[in-house]
Amino acid sequence: MTHRAPRPLLLVLLVALAAVGLVACGDDADDGGGNATTSTSGGASPGAKIVENDANGKVRITIGSKNFTEQKVLGEIYAEALDAAGYEVDKQLNLGDEQTALKTLEQGQIDAYPEYTGTALLSFFDVKTEDLPKEPAAAFEQVKADFAKKDLVALPPTPFTSSNEVAVTKATADRYGLRTISDLSKVASRLTLYGSPECRQRLDCLLGLQRTYGLRFKRFVPVDLSQRSKVLSGGQADVSIVFTTDPQNKRDGFVLLQDDKGMFPPYNSTLVVRKATYDQAGPDLARTIAAVNAKLTADVVQELNARVDLDKETPEEAAEDYLKQFGFTD
Amino acid sequence: MSAPLAALGLFGDAIDFLLHARESRAGGTEVGGPGEFARLTWTHLQVTAAAVALAAAVALPLGLVLGHRRRGGFLAVSVSNVGRAVPSLVLIALFVAFLGVGFLNVTLALALLAVPPILTNAYVGVTQVDRDVIDAAVGQGMTDRQVMARIELPLALPLIFGGLRTSVVNVIATATIAPLAGVVTLGDPILSQGVYGDAGKLAAAIVVALLAIVAELGLGAAQRAVTPRPLRGSPGLPRRGRLFPTSPGKGLSTP
Repeated sequence: MTHRAPRPLLLVLLVALAAVGLVACGDDADDGGGNATTSTSGGASPGAKIVENDANGKVRITIGSKNFTEQKVLGEIYAEALDAAGYEVDKQLNLGDEQTALKTLEQGQIDAYPEYTGTALLSFFDVKTEDLPKEPAAAFEQVKADFAKKDLVALPPTPFTSSNEVAVTKATADRYGLRTISDLSKVASRLTLYGSPECRQRLDCLLGLQRTYGLRFKRFVPVDLSQRSKVLSGGQADVSIVFTTDPQNKRDGFVLLQDDKGMFPPYNSTLVVRKATYDQAGPDLARTIAAVNAKLTADVVQELNARVDLDKETPEEAAEDYLKQFGFTD
Repeated sequence: MSAPLAALGLFGDAIDFLLHARESRAGGTEVGGPGEFARLTWTHLQVTAAAVALAAAVALPLGLVLGHRRRGGFLAVSVSNVGRAVPSLVLIALFVAFLGVGFLNVTLALALLAVPPILTNAYVGVTQVDRDVIDAAVGQGMTDRQVMARIELPLALPLIFGGLRTSVVNVIATATIAPLAGVVTLGDPILSQGVYGDAGKLAAAIVVALLAIVAELGLGAAQRAVTPRPLRGSPGLPRRGRLFPTSPGKGLSTP
């Protein structure tokens, strides 16, 4: 673990990010409407502590998540934050894929779970990739309207987006002078691309790289999603499709090529809540979520993923650290 | 989709998916249809054939020799069973370090899955040959090699084929994980649900099931064809009764 960033440095980074994040959450607090328990967001410092409201104790909320690290961490963060705000919170943090999670939510076994805007549009609402909004805000508005038809409320999304990225090693980037995806056009025919089996036929993956950027790679090799970083650091792949918030990106020094033609749709995370629960829970629910969301930038989420995937913390510990570091809880 | 197919619901949709290409679920390309499934099936069969051939090339001679000597079999069978105990997906991940991903990796992982049934059945098939028959053959002056080739092998064939059938069916089913390691087989529609949708997933599953059934029936027919005539017939019947037709009471037959 010698290559790990030292903790103090990280803390400085987090605090700096928090300061930036404040601008975003200030807006959300204003429309809350004079509740005495205005506790969470829009404070003057990063330490906008979540205040417990006893009235929330009669509301029971079950937080769910899908079955991978980032989702579990998000689920834990929301669960612990809502617990701090006084709600009775249960957790169901291993629900399989998005179809399972949505079904569980609609059946009322859980009250809320985080979903990515892009995933929801593609997977639940049958939007084709080429029709996906390119703007995160537009994507969220569309998702919100679609969820509303299912009696589900989509809360304002996170700043971070977790989409596909075209990654190369530092050495490859230096050798060919790569900074953007377009830079690949001269050398793609000499490079091997690795991606998930789906990648071959997806517009936000190989298909898009061929259509939007006109790239023709020497070879495309489908591999298990779990291998996406290993094939790159292990030298088998010249180029690999990874996720924005993958912890290995930073630690293995990958260079993520800039999507200069805007090919990747937005994948911000929104907490989807059942309408009945949302109405019953009152304003503290949305306010608490907006506050903790505001600090969830790509760098922060990547670090949280790293602690779980690489440093073997539990998602619960990582979430607790997050809430403490930003002063949401003591 | 035609009306009778529509009436079948998702199953009909899956059949339709096999017959007609359609826009992918995520958009931007056409998937399904006979052309694509022919390509996927061809790759699937290639990797299956390579894996079973490799497994048979190793396991059959080994099983026959160990069975002939009637020793060492237990150890060999136990060791080979490790191949069955470790999931193929794990094997593939293990081989990534040495072989990278691709045809060789998948073939090797699937071959390890295919070895145990072939080895076990060949070994057991040979050991269960009646000692008296072998003694008689040796008494007639047959060499070791002749005993193996003319007595033990033919008598063990039904079981050997049983092993092959089990292996082939296992490998056909498991080759669906190959797209996770660089080989695009019929597993692709099953794994890439976001592209192929439920219909594509089911369509691929149907083709895989059909392949397994065809392989099972085909090898069954082949088994019958190569089995010496006196040994044919339903496996339940006592062999001795057919080899030496029971004559009522008399003669040398012991009670």
